[in-house]
Amino acid sequence: MQIYLNGEQQQIPDNASMAVLIESLGLSDKRIAVEVNEELVPRSTYSDYSLKPQDHVEIVHAIGGG
Amino acid sequence: MTNPSNDTFTLAGKEYSSRLLVGTGKYKDLEETDAAISASGAEIVTFAVRRTNIGQDKGQPNLLDVISPDRYTLLPNTAGCFDAKTAVRTCRLARELLDGHNLVKLEVLGDEKTLFPDVAATLEATKELIKDGFDIMVYTNDDPIMAKRLEDLGCISVMPLAAPIGSGLGIRNRLNIRTIVENASVPILVDAGVGTASDAAIAMELGCDGVLMNTAIAAAKNPVLMASAMRKGIEAGREAYLAGRMTPKRFASASSPMDGLFF
Repeated sequence: MQIYLNGEQQQIPDNASMAVLIESLGLSDKRIAVEVNEELVPRSTYSDYSLKPQDHVEIVHAIGGG
Repeated sequence: MTNPSNDTFTLAGKEYSSRLLVGTGKYKDLEETDAAISASGAEIVTFAVRRTNIGQDKGQPNLLDVISPDRYTLLPNTAGCFDAKTAVRTCRLARELLDGHNLVKLEVLGDEKTLFPDVAATLEATKELIKDGFDIMVYTNDDPIMAKRLEDLGCISVMPLAAPIGSGLGIRNRLNIRTIVENASVPILVDAGVGTASDAAIAMELGCDGVLMNTAIAAAKNPVLMASAMRKGIEAGREAYLAGRMTPKRFASASSPMDGLFF
């Protein structure tokens, strides 16, 4: 199925969980935060969170700024 | 307060002895970021929240490896947000990023040319974030009325600008900054617009509790040396404020006695 990941179209397995997506991106051990369709997805729920077609996923991290 | 060594201020229940807060943007690399922040003596360090670079070098060092939460109080900011909703989303992501840490620097900007705050949107975001349990340090104009309103809403610190973000113009309205300080019962930190160490000293002489800066250090020819200069400027200004300056006079007043002249 297709989702939007950080603004770009991305194909992922149907009904993939957030944990699977993050693992496939190699981000499991990174300090990140995630929202789907503008709602925060807490880290503790990644395994239970099923992605749906056309979901807008944003994965963010800390960068330099003032 | 007569002993500057015990001179601290408190934010969200934590005491700080450094009154210089620094940003982490615009540095050449993370090594320079690290060196400049160390030289500044800052205990509170702000950073931005942005999209992860998907598919890029996994071994790239992360900012939070350099500014470790064990060593610094991390202050996520909402830089780049031009409406209340994105600012609130950014704060929620930041809290998740830092495992439930509630401290944020809220800024909701009005336009790209000035980066002046959109105060109406700032008030809206403040109300939403207070309900959600955040400890808000809020960037605003040098407007005493708005500063008080933000304090009354429950912000733990109000941060009026000295001048536009990244401009280095110094404190454009000293009287307003002083009025904001006099009215406040939360820490007032000048945020944005200082250019050099004397600007930082002036902010402190006006009675501010601290100064937050980024570009003035990062855009100096030697950022590490400027970080050290800023640290001293902050300390000098603070001590001058505590010491209480002399009253300026129009005409001279001899320093040497007029008695005992031998001619």
